[in-house]
Amino acid sequence: MADARDTTARRLATPSWGDVVFRAVLTLFAVIGPFLLLAIIGQLAIESWPSIQKYGIGFIFNSTWDPVHDIYGAAPMIFGTLLSSFIALVIAVPLAVGVAIFLTEFAPKWTRGPVATLVELLAAIPSVVYGLWGIFVLIPLMRSYLVPPLKALFGWTPFFSGPFYGSSMLAAGIILAIMILPYISSVAREVVHAVPASQREAALALGATRWEAVWTTILPYARSGIVGAVVLGLGRALGETMAVTMVIGNRHDIGISLIQPGYSMAAIIANEFNEAVGMQRAALFEIGLVLFGVTILVNAAARVLVWRVARGRAIGSSAL
Amino acid sequence: MTRNARRRLVSRVMTAATVVAALLALLPLFMIFADLVAKGASSINWHFFVQDPPPPSETGGGVRNAIVGTLIIVGLGSGIGLPIGILAGVYLAEYGAYTRLGDVIRFLADVMNGAPSIIIGIFAWTWLVRPMNGFSALAGAVALAILMIPMVTRTTEEMVRLVPNSLREAALALGYPRWRTALSVVVRTAWPGIVTGGLVGVARIAGETAPLLFTALGSLNFSTSLTGPMETLSLQIYSYAISPFEAWHRLAWGAALVLMALVLIFGMLARLVTRTRFRDA
Repeated sequence: MADARDTTARRLATPSWGDVVFRAVLTLFAVIGPFLLLAIIGQLAIESWPSIQKYGIGFIFNSTWDPVHDIYGAAPMIFGTLLSSFIALVIAVPLAVGVAIFLTEFAPKWTRGPVATLVELLAAIPSVVYGLWGIFVLIPLMRSYLVPPLKALFGWTPFFSGPFYGSSMLAAGIILAIMILPYISSVAREVVHAVPASQREAALALGATRWEAVWTTILPYARSGIVGAVVLGLGRALGETMAVTMVIGNRHDIGISLIQPGYSMAAIIANEFNEAVGMQRAALFEIGLVLFGVTILVNAAARVLVWRVARGRAIGSSAL
Repeated sequence: MTRNARRRLVSRVMTAATVVAALLALLPLFMIFADLVAKGASSINWHFFVQDPPPPSETGGGVRNAIVGTLIIVGLGSGIGLPIGILAGVYLAEYGAYTRLGDVIRFLADVMNGAPSIIIGIFAWTWLVRPMNGFSALAGAVALAILMIPMVTRTTEEMVRLVPNSLREAALALGYPRWRTALSVVVRTAWPGIVTGGLVGVARIAGETAPLLFTALGSLNFSTSLTGPMETLSLQIYSYAISPFEAWHRLAWGAALVLMALVLIFGMLARLVTRTRFRDA
């Protein structure tokens, strides 16, 4: 009797054949993604090795990009990527946080769903459509209405000096701002939403106005999550390719003027990869490697920040 | 002004500021859709769907090659990416919830989700275009599949996790082995959600351009060969928008309107699937 129970228990405790196979198959499919990630990093490193060996760390600081004499430095592209992303953040962050606060705190209940959906619709517009719109609508609008007053007010500073040809850092920054806004606002909204109602109620009960409750209680509570949302937007902006390539102007120079053309890391890959051979191709791969490394770090940082606010909750998962 | 009056004023002004922020955020959305319709609708007629692009100097013609190419490449990419993503997601939810391997896969999927898509393009070039000595629609489809896998993995995982444990326990208690529980109870329950996630993924890759630049390359001609270059709507919008020809600009706007409609249709289908599901439940 004892024996029989023993074997039954053992039989039930050992997984069936089907389970073993099922689990093995699922595991196999699950590791394809991580395998590809490692393969991408490895392949980029191999392909860029000639360039890494030849230029070393100077690759990042050298500002000459000269395929004729085979001299390559990525500084103008790195600078352009950072500057255009910075412009995008300056424009998008206040708007996105404003939208998030509006949607969680101030908006009438019936408007919240539709407005949130519409803002997130911005994320559904393909990058290349943003680029098309940037070339044929945004840049003409900037030429007529935005750049003249900017030049009149700030033309004496180096940031707005020189003629405006259309394609420019500022155009790229504005397009990027529109593109990353839905990502920042949707994560920020969920982070703000995750602030316990008791915090808000406590502030209001102490006599705070609705804005004071937001400013003194909700925002400090959600701070690291909002920073995470912003960093996530930064990651998007750094790697964005098509829209930036179409409006940034593609000039291999470091210029501080926002209304002049520039270049970005993703844009130079998009423009030159198909024609590049030899060392130029290796240099483009190295730019890709640097870009990939930076966006991975930025994304990992963003995730850690967002998780700290709402551990275990799938915050912003729909947007990520 | 008393102190309290000032505080109330500040509160009102800042509330108004958030309203302005919301309006400013929606402004480009409305502008882009208005421009797409205004500039795109005029080039759309029957010829637009059944003819191939004309030489740059001529007007008329259509984007048949790009529409067919988009359907082929996105279809093939989804065919590769969806099964891998879905199975990986089921693994994460059913076996990877509290394991080290599960955590690693989940984290790497999240990280890969934010990776620049152009990087996937040059990677696919090294593995598929260079060895095969030529640009191909197949390489483009694989690049899009790579892009889609981490996204679908995560949405599938979340949908499968929503299935209550009591369902799993009930199936196991009735003597189902785990694999049958997972497939015919858990995945079946989560299926509408998984489909939604898949459709969102399809919508996303349908609009992608960067991974296709060095893989599918684009083409002026009609082609259905998987081993040769192929045009897609996104590639066509890019090359026509930066071309100097007025007629091609018009085609680019028309193609953009078609592409946007395609993306929105998939997005709406995705919402519809979950909605019917919730009505049933």
